[in-house]
Amino acid sequence: MNIHEYQAKDVLRRYGVPIPPGEVATTPEQAEAIARRIGKPVMVKAQVHVGGRGKAGGVKYCPTPEAAREKAEAILGMDIKGLTVEKVLVTDAAEIGTEAYVGIIIDRATKKPVFMVSAAGGIDIEEVAATTPEKIKYHPVDAVYGLQPFEAQQLGFFLYQDAKQARAAAKIMQQLYKAFAENGCSLAEINPLVTTPEGEVIALDAKMSIDDNELERRADLEALRDESSEAPSEVEARKANLTFIKLDGNVGCVVNGAGLAMATMDLVKYYGGEPANFLDIGGSSNPEKVVNALRIITADENVKAILFNIFGGITRTDDVANGIVTATKQNPLKVPIVIRLTGTNEEIAVKILEEHGFVALTDMDEAVKKAVELATQSQGAEGGK
Amino acid sequence: MSVFVDKDTRLLVQGITGRDGSFHAKQMIEYGTNVVAGVTPGKGGQTFEGSVPVFNTVEEAVKATGANTSVIYVPPPFAADAMMEAAASGVKLVVCITEGVPVIDMLRVRPYVIAQGARLVGPNCPGLITPGQAKVGIIPGRICTPGHVGVVSRSGTLTYEVVYHLTRAGLGQSTCVGIGGDPINGTGFIDALEAFENDPETKVVAMMGEIGGTDEQDAAAFIKERMTKPVVGFIAGQTAPPGRRMGHAGAIISGSSGTAAEKIEAFEKAGMGVARRPIDFVDLVRERLA
Repeated sequence: MNIHEYQAKDVLRRYGVPIPPGEVATTPEQAEAIARRIGKPVMVKAQVHVGGRGKAGGVKYCPTPEAAREKAEAILGMDIKGLTVEKVLVTDAAEIGTEAYVGIIIDRATKKPVFMVSAAGGIDIEEVAATTPEKIKYHPVDAVYGLQPFEAQQLGFFLYQDAKQARAAAKIMQQLYKAFAENGCSLAEINPLVTTPEGEVIALDAKMSIDDNELERRADLEALRDESSEAPSEVEARKANLTFIKLDGNVGCVVNGAGLAMATMDLVKYYGGEPANFLDIGGSSNPEKVVNALRIITADENVKAILFNIFGGITRTDDVANGIVTATKQNPLKVPIVIRLTGTNEEIAVKILEEHGFVALTDMDEAVKKAVELATQSQGAEGGK
Repeated sequence: MSVFVDKDTRLLVQGITGRDGSFHAKQMIEYGTNVVAGVTPGKGGQTFEGSVPVFNTVEEAVKATGANTSVIYVPPPFAADAMMEAAASGVKLVVCITEGVPVIDMLRVRPYVIAQGARLVGPNCPGLITPGQAKVGIIPGRICTPGHVGVVSRSGTLTYEVVYHLTRAGLGQSTCVGIGGDPINGTGFIDALEAFENDPETKVVAMMGEIGGTDEQDAAAFIKERMTKPVVGFIAGQTAPPGRRMGHAGAIISGSSGTAAEKIEAFEKAGMGVARRPIDFVDLVRERLA
């Protein structure tokens, strides 16, 4: 789960990371009031869960409180890569000497948290990584011991020649690492970490992603969730314990297991169709999950055919069959459905489906081909109207 | 022969009295796996299904029964401790089925299990099966049949799909290993590939990967440099949209290399067969067995 910049900054402040004062606003008037309180020029920054805010015009310098109100008015409600800006952070516009990058991520390759630091920070850091990788220092941390002071110091001196700045940066690295480890993060990033004209080292922007598995046991972190920044259908799916990602195609897919779900989408494409979504009903499915899945899928008007692909292991295919029957009784389908199921309790499932007038297929390729065909037909029929 | 599990597997089930644990313990026993013990703290002294003794701790269970492998079905908050307990008690293979284990926990579990000299498979994996000998986990037994194809996969149900096609085509399996998809896990592709390379029973390997990370590219490099046996690969997620990425760290560490196209290219460069669809494994594997 991604959290907003202002939330990440709140977390990091608790660990002692120096961060300029700032507050979040949802209206232009609030933004103006905050700017007045800060009493200096401010930055007004869109709070959305996506990179490239600055380049999209979502970050503005405001010399006066009036300017803060104006810019907040422009930014609030703005669409950035499909997300509507609901909140802005109004923060002290620090003067910048140098910009460095500091990030920690869980690295699949080394199976460790890895620090990445670079003196060439700022918005073009990915470009730096691609063209001049030697400007980035990678440092895997032994999580059993945590980041040791000498390691933090090595990283600090990689960034700054000035000993005072290097030590200040080292301290920030340790604070950042502690925040990362104690809050179950999969990512924690300060970009840029800047030096001020007075020689101080401070964090101007921060990002954090929390491991979804951590949220179960950490109500304080779950409370940071901002549902307004997620697609409504994805919020509904999460509440129903389904994993759902909306796409642009017309074949609605309901599958058990992420790998098989992706392979199913790939096969839809292989046979000339376009998947309308990724939807994983997960392992131990009950009929209720299937009912929810169908409701979410049929809410998408682009969907012209529905494809079930279920390989029963833990998932009982008769549960899925019962779910389909229940769901379609409640809300009769307006689009054709193709059902493929095989595995646990397949015979019972086929019987249930046939009793209710559904056809059950056992072959994945055959089912996908049929679903693509039906979706194309009904799309064509509509186009002809 | 086979890899990791076989007829000498003496299996212990952690969480045997729980909902998932008891269901799958029964299935494993029915398959013919030698299930020698169960562990549920507080239920020591009971008997599962009239034949399997239940203990309070893994240590007691190992002492009393000589269990050498453990499979874990405990809920996520307790899974890290269960893995460490198994390794500390002398179990040599620890298989964790549990989904949802916090990655922060795995950062200490993985080095701990390795330091105890044990192998970890998972977490968040379907486990392993050596057809006709032992099933450790949740892979449906009836879709498998003994043979010479080693199967290794990051995904659960996709593995079943491929194994189902292989079995229907008469292409049996030496062992199927589900390594799971979590970022910090125990056994990786390379560990499994190395084991298959050294297993006389395995003649060809089928490998199923996914988008994200660089595990498949690393595996391809290993296959090219170190393996004599042919490998056929598949990548799920060719049509998955690029995620909305927060921050830069992910891009810095992996460059562009999480995509299906890049992984498939790595497979091709390593001289592997590339299955475009699950069913393509049948022909590609058969050609390489001949």
